[in-house]
Parts: sequence; structure tokens; C-alpha cells
Amino acid sequence: MNRFYVMVGVLAVVLGIGVFAMLKTGGASASDAAAGPPPTVVDDSFRGYTLGQENAPVEIVEYLDFECPVCATFATLQMPTITEQLITTGKARWRFRDYPLPIHKYSRFAAHAAQCAGAQGRYFQMQDQLFSHHQWAQTGKDPSSLFRDLAQASGVDLKAYDACMEAGRYAGRIEYSRQEGEQRVVDGTPTFFANGTKLFNGLRRLPNSDDFKSLVDSIIAHSPPKPAARPARR
Amino acid sequence: MRYRQAIALLALVGLFVALYLWLHALGFGGAIKCGASGGCETVQTSPWAVFLGLPVAFYGVVGYLAVLIAALVSLRPAALAQPGWDRLVLGLASLGVVFTAYLTYVELFLIHAICRWCVGSAVIITAIWIVSIAALRRPSPPKSPEPRTDRVA
Repeated sequence: MNRFYVMVGVLAVVLGIGVFAMLKTGGASASDAAAGPPPTVVDDSFRGYTLGQENAPVEIVEYLDFECPVCATFATLQMPTITEQLITTGKARWRFRDYPLPIHKYSRFAAHAAQCAGAQGRYFQMQDQLFSHHQWAQTGKDPSSLFRDLAQASGVDLKAYDACMEAGRYAGRIEYSRQEGEQRVVDGTPTFFANGTKLFNGLRRLPNSDDFKSLVDSIIAHSPPKPAARPARR
Repeated sequence: MRYRQAIALLALVGLFVALYLWLHALGFGGAIKCGASGGCETVQTSPWAVFLGLPVAFYGVVGYLAVLIAALVSLRPAALAQPGWDRLVLGLASLGVVFTAYLTYVELFLIHAICRWCVGSAVIITAIWIVSIAALRRPSPPKSPEPRTDRVA
């Protein structure tokens, strides 16, 4: 009988320590699901969120890493002008693909936060928040709480966001995008492609809005004229 | 006696499972530990996570605590021959099983998410229920020669 009570006592202590440890380190599992590489790669036919018109003559694909400071600089300093000059004018469509670099601890987690916001139609708002509050990438601290705040500021429903992040719902999609970038010989971020051709190979600096304007204008100038639209058949 | 000991150990484990969920519902700790499949946060943040104004896990804490106390008290030498304790535990476990069945229905058909901790609790309370039935069906131990005056209400 005494042995039984000792067993009960020991079990109670072990379980108590377990509960305390789980409360103390709460959120690590959720981070693991969204922040780590997934066990399987998922091709869900998703090829990135896009800005611009479907029939734009030039499509720019950008492989980006949310923790990369250069990507943040490009997004905050160059993209507003590019959006104004090329995207809203219908000259170019911009496609964002994830390319989380292994040297960045929370890059997948940030990409996942953007995807979970995107599931609620708030991808671009979340992307803006992640890049304009980029100090999270310098602190090295777990940004889970900050990302929730940024998601809330982006107009995201937090219950659905939390469930999405906890489940790591888009981890496979992000890994698919990364592997796609690897196959296309993406060697850093940001890396750009225009209508399938890798850009700025020899450039030793971050491309700016003028570079893109020249490039897009040049592609459009050298494109064969589109055939006249024919009436649709029924 | 073995049945009652098993019930006490199961109730102790269930108590800590419910305690963890309750403390999380009260805001202690960060995101709930649930593994990669998720579901716990969805369940915990759903409208069904609160029952009669209190977190569902609170009822689990109270229920498991009641079973644990009953099982430990029933292990006193004076109570070993009294089947009333087994009936009491079976009654408490039956309440728990019914409540768990309701919660599992809510998870499967209303929330469309499954929480691993809830599944764990469901397994524990079902095990307690089965063991308490087995305890009631076991042959009665020989009565003590000393007269007993204590009874379970």
C-alpha cells in the first residue's frame, strides 16, 4: 500500500513538472509546425500571390525571404514606385514566391504567417506589415506574438490565423515554392525572373525601380504585336 | 483494491490533462502544445469551449479531482470492503463519459477539429468507467470480523 502512495506522489510530481514545462514553453509546437521544414512537400497548384492584371505583357516573379533585410529594403523602398509605374499601369504583373533561406531561423514562420493571412485575403497587408516592422528579424527573439499583432493589424481573424499557424497548414506549400526556386537556380534573395528569364545576373547591387522600368519597357518594345482579338466562338 | 488503485492513477493523469487545458484557457502559457496536426487551438477558441460560463476544462478538473479523492478514500482499510465507493466512482465516471461523448460530437460535427488532449481525456475517462464496472462486478472480499459503522451516503 505504501508503495502505491509513493507511486501516486511521484506521478503527481512528474505530471506537475510536465504541465509547468508545457505552459512555460507554450507555442513551441505551433512554431515547429509553421517554422520548420514539413515532412512532405505539397503541390497544391498554388503559384504565389500576384499583383497586377492577368493579361499584363510582362510577369515578374520574385523569390523572397521575409527575414532577408535586402528583401525588406526592396519591398519598402522600391515596390511603391514599381507598383505605381508598372503594375497599376498594366505593364507588369508581380508574382511573389517564397524562398526561405536556411540561415534564417524565422523565415519559414514569417512566410507561413503571410500565407495564413493570405487564406483570409490579407496576404499583401501582412506582407506590408512584416516588411515595414522588420526589426523582428534583427532581435533573434521568437516573433510569434508580434506576428499575431501584425496579423491583427492586417485585418486577419486571429482564431483562424492561430489554427492555421498551429497546424502548419501551408508549410508544404512553402517548401514546394522553395524547391521550385532551387530548381530555377535561385541563389539568394530577392531573385527575379521576367517572363521566365532570370534577371540581373551580373548586377552587384539591389535593382531599383528604374531598372525594372527599363527592363519592362524594353520587353514590351521587343514583343511582337498581339493579334487582333477575334470574336469568341460559342 | 487493484481496481481502485488503477482508477486513482488514471484520475491523476486525467486531472493534469484537464488542469493543463484549464490553465491554458485562463491565459497561462502561450499557444497550446498540440503537435503538427493542430486542432487544439481551434477547439479551445470555439464557442463550445465555454460551458455555463466556465471553460470546459474546468469541469474536467473538478470531475477528475472528485474521482481521485473517491478512489483514494476508498483505499482506506476501513473502506476496502464497501462497494458503495465503487458505485460512487462509476456514477462520476458515467457523468464524465456522457459529457465527453457530447464534447466529442461537438468536435467532430460542429467544430470539425480534433484536440489531442481531448482525445486523451476521453480515453482516460472511458478507461476509468470500464475499470469501475469491473470493480463492481468483482467478487466481494471476505468481511472483516470487526463491525463497521461508516457508510457512504
